[in-house]
Amino acid sequence: MSVTSITSSTTGTGVALPVVKAEHLGLTFSTNDGDVVALSDVNLTIEKGDFVSFIGPSGCGKTTFLRTIADLEQPTSGTLEINGQTPENARKDRAYGYVFQAPALYPWRTIEKNIALPLEIMGHSAQQQAERIKRTMDLVNLSGFEKKFPWQLSGGMQQRASIARALAFDADLLLMDEPFGALDEIVRDHLNSELLKLWDRTKKTICFVTHSIPEAVYLSTKIVVMSPRPGRVTDIIESNLPRERPLDIRETPEFLAIAARVRDGLRAGHSYEEVV
Amino acid sequence: MMKSGLNLLQSLLALLAGGMALCGLVGAAISADADILLTVTMGLGALTLVRCVFRPISLWLDGLASVLIALALVLALPRGAAMPGHYWFAMVSAWGFAWLFVDQLSGEIRRGAVPRKTMGLLIPAVFGVALLVVWEIVTRGANVPPVLLPAPSAIGAQLANSAPILWADFVQTFVKSVIPGYIIGCLAGLVVAIAVDRSPFLKAGLLPIGNFMSALPIIGIAPIMVMWFGFDWQSKAAVVVAMTFFPMLVNTVAGLNAASSIERDLMRTYAANYWQTLLKLRLPAAGPFIFNALKINSTLALIGAIVAEFFGTPVVGMGFRISTGVGRLAIDLVWAEIAVAAVAGSAFYGVIALIERGVTFWHPSVRGGRA
Ligand SMILES: Nc1ncnc2c1ncn2[C@@H]1O[C@H](COP(=O)(O)OP(=O)(O)OP(=O)(O)O)[C@@H](O)[C@H]1O
Ligand SMILES: [Mg+2]
Repeated sequence: MSVTSITSSTTGTGVALPVVKAEHLGLTFSTNDGDVVALSDVNLTIEKGDFVSFIGPSGCGKTTFLRTIADLEQPTSGTLEINGQTPENARKDRAYGYVFQAPALYPWRTIEKNIALPLEIMGHSAQQQAERIKRTMDLVNLSGFEKKFPWQLSGGMQQRASIARALAFDADLLLMDEPFGALDEIVRDHLNSELLKLWDRTKKTICFVTHSIPEAVYLSTKIVVMSPRPGRVTDIIESNLPRERPLDIRETPEFLAIAARVRDGLRAGHSYEEVV
Repeated sequence: MMKSGLNLLQSLLALLAGGMALCGLVGAAISADADILLTVTMGLGALTLVRCVFRPISLWLDGLASVLIALALVLALPRGAAMPGHYWFAMVSAWGFAWLFVDQLSGEIRRGAVPRKTMGLLIPAVFGVALLVVWEIVTRGANVPPVLLPAPSAIGAQLANSAPILWADFVQTFVKSVIPGYIIGCLAGLVVAIAVDRSPFLKAGLLPIGNFMSALPIIGIAPIMVMWFGFDWQSKAAVVVAMTFFPMLVNTVAGLNAASSIERDLMRTYAANYWQTLLKLRLPAAGPFIFNALKINSTLALIGAIVAEFFGTPVVGMGFRISTGVGRLAIDLVWAEIAVAAVAGSAFYGVIALIERGVTFWHPSVRGGRA
């Protein structure tokens, strides 16, 4: 597996650097009513081609960790490298696509113009834009809604449009913050398997926040279980499921075993909270 | 009352309108000089009272009664003398029918029985016309001296007779002073706002001054502008520039901060540069604020130009005409000028508001939906 990931690497020769490397990473927000520790002593290495899920109770720092990778928050301690660079340089290299927890579509732009936004900024030609818009809109099942405005779409459709927007410019790293939270089970299943196919085909690295244990186990090669206050990683579970994953893999004993371990990790996190 | 199908207010209005028509009819019968047409139309109005005992009648009949009585009354108005007492009954009756008509019509629109788009325009039109008719009847019927308040018909006649003068004044004040001053003032406010927004130093220094200045009655500087820029339109345009600049500055600076933090974060993830963020996010998000300033300024600009002309001007211009007209007791002309100013100002505002609807169509306040 590691051999294929090296050959598919687009960034030249040599040893593949980890995509994300966090060492003793900490982040404390100082607010008016005292400091809030959002991350503390996070150690995590994400290799190229990994599909990493972050799972943990609300407020445990999942979004904060993703935002730190994206250089939208500055760590207050420890080190963080993205593709061997500082997060800032990686951002300026347009190393990642980010799907926010809310759709964040611009209401004055149609859906297709929203998806074109990163392409316009990155200087793609009109023809390239049209081709990519069509491809990504097909992928998230939004064809036919090109000329609609965001406020004419349901919440789930808006969220899918924001996924299409993040996919449109083909970054090697995808940061997705509960992208499927607002979707029904069937669409969610469909998008899960589409995402897996995309990941397998493009060898992208994906960081994926979710509250759903089955979703995390189904998608991931690595599951990071986090616990709140202070936000820390309690368990990192490597999944041995094959890359090729039909939907009914979710009934196999291997799958259920991993799911049980994730659940135990989450329980431990919750009881930890009560001790504090 | 049950048979009429009206609510309490409408029933009272129906009684009032029909009853007044009946009183007018009686008045006409006992007075010496009854106008035939007016008597007939008041008879018609009195007939509507049958709805109390017989069956409801269409709201359009109320509208028709109102129009007919008002028309007959205006035609019957005597020239140069107070009108006979029973004519007042006719006026109140016509007014009652008009109110009744509008009240029923708005009810129908709310029920969706008649289309909102076309019929919705009818209501303000009825209001406007009713106001003019009452004005006409009161000024002429009570023989109000024209110096105090001329009748609309006199103002209309003056509008037609002095069209060339009014047009020259309009060009001088609106086309030469208001439009250039407005464009320069708004553009300058916009550009300075963007500069202010970019520099923390300017933001801390200039913005409080801007807030202070926009609260000042800038029109006070008009005499100074006349000293600086001379008597012609340039000084008026300068006043308009000064009046429109600060509202635009303050509004745009506020608008540039209107984009939400998640919308900005998105731009940051694309490593968008300052200008891309400005053009693709912050200016569009500031649109509603900028249009707010444009609308405020459209009225301020006209006021500024007219009042500035009170302080010295060549012998043309709306403000000049108003101030000299009052002095020469040419009140008809003053009112004609006011009418032109009102129409020009409303049209200006309306055009800006229309453009706003087209440009900020996406804003919840325009599309009327959820945020
Ligand atoms: N800008 C901020 N200022 C102060 N505190 C913050 C800020 N952003 C997040 N926090 C705090 O940091 C902690 C972690 O927040 P974060 O948004 O990362 O949680 P999360 O795991 O994504 O939760 P959820 O599952 O509900 O989205 C929370 O306690 C939150 O209150
Ligand atoms: Mg979150």
